[in-house]
Amino acid sequence: MTRTAQRRTVEKAAVRPVQARPPAGDRRRRRLTDQARAYGFLLGGLVCFALFSWYPAIRAVVLAFQKYTPGSDPEWVGTANFTRVLADPEFAAAWRNTLTFTLLALLIGFAIPFVLALVLNELRHAKAFFRVVVYLPVMIPPVVGALLWKWFYDPGTGLANEALRFLHLPTSNWSNGADTALVSLVIVATWANMGGTVLIYLAALQSIPGELYEAAELDGANLLQRIRHITIPQTRFVILMLMLLQIIATMQVFTEPFVITGGGPENATVTVLYLIYKYAFLYNDFGGACALSVLLLGLLGAFSAVYLRLTRTSGEAA
Amino acid sequence: MTTRTLVSPATLARPCGRAVYWSVFTGTVLLFALAFLFPVYWMVTGAMKSPEEVARTPPTLVPERWQLSGYTDAWDLMRLPTHLWNTVVQAAGAWLFQLVFCTAAAYALSRLRPAFGKVILGGILATLMVPAQALVVPKYLTVADLGLLNDPVAIWLPAVANAFNLYLLKRFFDQLPRDVLEAAGIDGAGRLRTLWSIVLPMSRPVLGVVSIFALVAVWQDFLWPLMVFSDTDEQPISVALVQLSQNIPLTVLIAAMVIAGIPMVALFLVFQRHIIAGIGAGSTKG
Repeated sequence: MTRTAQRRTVEKAAVRPVQARPPAGDRRRRRLTDQARAYGFLLGGLVCFALFSWYPAIRAVVLAFQKYTPGSDPEWVGTANFTRVLADPEFAAAWRNTLTFTLLALLIGFAIPFVLALVLNELRHAKAFFRVVVYLPVMIPPVVGALLWKWFYDPGTGLANEALRFLHLPTSNWSNGADTALVSLVIVATWANMGGTVLIYLAALQSIPGELYEAAELDGANLLQRIRHITIPQTRFVILMLMLLQIIATMQVFTEPFVITGGGPENATVTVLYLIYKYAFLYNDFGGACALSVLLLGLLGAFSAVYLRLTRTSGEAA
Repeated sequence: MTTRTLVSPATLARPCGRAVYWSVFTGTVLLFALAFLFPVYWMVTGAMKSPEEVARTPPTLVPERWQLSGYTDAWDLMRLPTHLWNTVVQAAGAWLFQLVFCTAAAYALSRLRPAFGKVILGGILATLMVPAQALVVPKYLTVADLGLLNDPVAIWLPAVANAFNLYLLKRFFDQLPRDVLEAAGIDGAGRLRTLWSIVLPMSRPVLGVVSIFALVAVWQDFLWPLMVFSDTDEQPISVALVQLSQNIPLTVLIAAMVIAGIPMVALFLVFQRHIIAGIGAGSTKG
């Protein structure tokens, strides 16, 4: 090894005088063409990010302080958009609904996939079947899923009330009742999205070393104690990550209320994103829509920052 | 394959443990069939019932007379070929633009050391913090200013601004062995040639993942195409379904829903192994 290294240095030394260093101007030109080439590769992506990501983010903040309808010149109005939006009774309803939805989705939509994943991890047969079937609703287009549940929730001929009648239970108004509408939508969202959560959590469960369970069992820990002292602490990070991701996703819920309830009954299912849509496309009030967007952005941005911070630190630890 | 899980193999081997295991197993199978498969069955068969039968209470579990008229009516009345074609064009374009632009940009950021590369990458990653849906209104205004409303380009180009996919590609390119790329350079291959004949063939797995993400995202999206396509002739299937759902017989609507769902479900069933493995692996590695 040393000999080859030596020979190499000798060769290099022999070659160097022959291959004269290029003049400084050439090197600079070379570096410039390298840079030009690099930016050539970057160009398409950069233009798209600038136009459809960076610029809209800046524009949202600017428009939040302007009066603007497409086709007219924007006009500075200070914080008028914010005060108008805040005074709108729908604003409070939309935030209340969105936060309730997020909380319910966390209670229902997080507990169920969690338990399902625990059970699936214990089953030794038909593994592929379970994984495919639980993920099937995720691949059904959300619009199709929402329309399907709208049909199920039909008070007259829907399957949901049929099932209740079959069980001799009182029927419900489901998505058509002011009290039950939001819960009905949470059920749809949970059904549609839990496949991903189950699969991710299942992967995390499989990474728990089996010796931990053996040791706990030798120490006399029963099933619940083993879940509490081994399964949950061992997967704490994934649980937290999934939770944050779900909060970020459910705070932006739009398709289900738009398709199933249209925001009704009595604004019971208007969400923040739905309200943004209404301000822009029904009221033609783009300044108000952007003011709302900025508020939503602030809150979600904070959640995202926490999420990214967590995933980053874990990546460094690993 | 015997990995130790929550319940020990010894417990499962006991007669009592075995009884519990098989009852839990049966219960789970029934639950999954009821919760996830039955709705699909109900949809597919509901479209084959007569309009009178589908509105009947209590409902029939199996159609009395199987008829395909729901499906054929949906195909013609709701002009599904047009809307499916629009969706295909939008998804295929978004996929192609994403593959070309994101791959090139990721390659440049990973290997070509552009000036301010760090700043650019930071700007791209910062968009991960901004949930996409919260910016739809200013994004819509930008697309409107560019005169791209009712044009599939309004789906294609914004799809490129996908920090997640770009970062996935960049991270993959970072891991490629340096010597192979340098060897290509020494053999006289230019940047483009190296990308095309060395980097891309080595990146097949990650390109597959990005492709699936890109296609699924466009096919499943609703809010953005709802805003951008006011012209009925240009609408993808998801928007058309909702717009037409008000004044169309129920059986026809259900049939259209089934047809709209088929492509993605078929894609999933074909690539299920990769998709499911990808979801599990991607998440635990953070």
